[in-house]
Amino acid sequence: MFKIIQKDQLNDTVVRMVIEAPYIAKKARAGQFIIYRIDEYGERIPLTIADHDSEAGTITIIFQTIGNSTKSLSLLEAGDYILDVVGPLGVATEYGDVKRVAVVGGGVGCAIAYPQAKTLHEMGVEVDVIAGFRSKDIVILEDEMKAVSEGFYLCTDDGSAGYHGFVTDKLKELIDSGREYDEVIAIGPVPMMKFVCKTTEPYGIKTIVSLNPIMVDGTGMCGGCRVTVDGKIRYACVEGPDFDGHKVDFDELMRRNSTYIEQQKDHVCRLTGGKR
Amino acid sequence: MSKPNMQLTKTPVTEQEPLVRARNFKEVCLGYTEEEAINEASRCLNCKNRPCMTGCPVSVRIPEFIEKVREGRFLEAYEIIKSTNNLPAISGRVCPQERQCESKCVRGIKGEPVAIGRLERFVADYAMAHADELKEPAAAEPNGKKVAVIGAGPAGLSCAGDLAKLGYKVTVFEAFHTAGGVLSYGIPEFRLPKAIVQKEIEGLKNVGVEIMTNMVIGKVLSIDEIIEDGYEAVFVGSGAGLPRFMGIEGEALVGVYSANEYLTRINLMKAFMDGYDTPIMRSKAVAVVGGGNVAMDAARSAMRLGAEKVYIVYRRSADELPARREEVHHAKEEGIEFRLLNNPTRILGDEKGNVTGIEVIEMQLGEPDQSGRRSPVPVEGSEHIIDVDTVIIAIGTSPNPLIRSTTPGLEANKRGCLVVDEETNQTTQHGVYAGGDAVTGAATVILAMGAGKKAAASIDEYLKNK
Repeated sequence: MFKIIQKDQLNDTVVRMVIEAPYIAKKARAGQFIIYRIDEYGERIPLTIADHDSEAGTITIIFQTIGNSTKSLSLLEAGDYILDVVGPLGVATEYGDVKRVAVVGGGVGCAIAYPQAKTLHEMGVEVDVIAGFRSKDIVILEDEMKAVSEGFYLCTDDGSAGYHGFVTDKLKELIDSGREYDEVIAIGPVPMMKFVCKTTEPYGIKTIVSLNPIMVDGTGMCGGCRVTVDGKIRYACVEGPDFDGHKVDFDELMRRNSTYIEQQKDHVCRLTGGKR
Repeated sequence: MSKPNMQLTKTPVTEQEPLVRARNFKEVCLGYTEEEAINEASRCLNCKNRPCMTGCPVSVRIPEFIEKVREGRFLEAYEIIKSTNNLPAISGRVCPQERQCESKCVRGIKGEPVAIGRLERFVADYAMAHADELKEPAAAEPNGKKVAVIGAGPAGLSCAGDLAKLGYKVTVFEAFHTAGGVLSYGIPEFRLPKAIVQKEIEGLKNVGVEIMTNMVIGKVLSIDEIIEDGYEAVFVGSGAGLPRFMGIEGEALVGVYSANEYLTRINLMKAFMDGYDTPIMRSKAVAVVGGGNVAMDAARSAMRLGAEKVYIVYRRSADELPARREEVHHAKEEGIEFRLLNNPTRILGDEKGNVTGIEVIEMQLGEPDQSGRRSPVPVEGSEHIIDVDTVIIAIGTSPNPLIRSTTPGLEANKRGCLVVDEETNQTTQHGVYAGGDAVTGAATVILAMGAGKKAAASIDEYLKNK
């Protein structure tokens, strides 16, 4: 069992939790993930490790309540326990020989983009963070991201804060204005990552994406997380979750991620008894 | 000894009616009653040279235990089995007896062999039901030495059990949240009830085996760190986890599963049970590609989840089906349609990316290949489509690379299988042993158990002399 040490509500649907997991905390690196199972009846759900403290023996996860399993998790409080947490899984992000990097985060993806920016910043790399949200009221981690970036560009779809427009528009603007990036790291909803890659491709800027396919075991056993990269089957759990975004078949990933959408609509929530 | 019962066929065992069981996940075979077991046991000739035992990877003293069954001394029979087999309720259910012990039985020359598997299962189940009458397992004198076992599947559990009985302090590291390996995630409830698996595992815990779940070795700890932590020997039984795909068009469509994923969702995550959150597709028509036990398990599970049509698509003929004979027989009884000598060429989908069918080409058998099996050759122009909404690929697995890729001293062969000394099961790293599918590639539960046993003996030998 794994104890929840701290819980913060970052916005209406995004929660941050610090969890006691000393073995995982000792080994975790940016880009890796855990899988949790809330209780005997729960699904195995992957979540990227947003932060870790090997001294304190804790890991931090940040998640959005989008389905039944994340909803159940969001209802737990500090002092409660999660039945199973396993990790650190996946390959840690490998940073090339880079001097300036643009880290692009979309929505809750900023929770994972932030530790990437932080790691790069600590390595002495110049980091620009472009963070996109639907509107002002759901902005998360603004101060944290600002603290680790040279340029911080907040974007909102509705213009309620920062730049009025998509992250891709801002990214293109920066590149066109002469800002040179050795690499772009894009983390967020699949369509956002797809369009960031489309934006950078003509400029030939290497773009790393962190993929979030459906998973069960997370150790290479089930093959459920297979994605097509450069025309080949790759397993996101053991070979990813980071891949060269210019080679990823995003449309296929979006289709596969929708496998259970219809079925889950009929899911009767164990907690509320209602259908979502 | 009283005169043997010369009945030519095995004493029949009660099974659920095929068309009833095809829609439930309860165990197919109900097992022998005491009378049936005694009757079957009396068919054993108690041969002096014990040919059956040569067919058993864990050397169960078969004629001895059967004699006890014949005498109605079931708990004594259990002690005999248990002295060499740590998991009898499991092997009695899932061993391919027709290729092992029963294939050597003299009674099989004229008529059917003694139903050794059914008897083993009967004895193990009887002992579980009468656990309070069993002698407490004598706790071995602790020898103060720690051994780590990686993977709580049949190989690891068998190794751990033997070492614990010898007085070692054994810790088993399991990647999943539940111990059992393929016994928990792979083999379905209707063939191997999970309560039985858990009881066998409880038995191992009672002799002192400690199991740590949620520990992915190679990620959270390396083998070198385990050794630094004071474990004097390590056994790797990490299994053959990596599913193979065919490399044909359409394998990324929605509705294509590896058998591992499909079965894990059902068996480990209990997607078939009310109240559990893990989803699984409720398919109408399913094609399972492959002819092994895993293919049969997937097909029969799909049927139980409510599919109207389930096909086994296999590129060779019935004679080459690698599955246990009983599984093929059961699958047919349950209405699964065998499309033999059919090889998939592509999977078709609609505009949303959902599977709509599988195209297959007919095959004919050519000359025998290296494995001695006649290799199938496609019949040109014979392609046709089977309408399905789900395709399950069950064409085999490769060993999981997590451990070998994080342990520099471990050598693997071209197929990714760990290289071990055949006599001792020691890997290329001193003090590190391995067995089961991680060494052989996908094989059977009992061979893995045998390898775990053999490695336990080698580890004991090594540590006694260290």
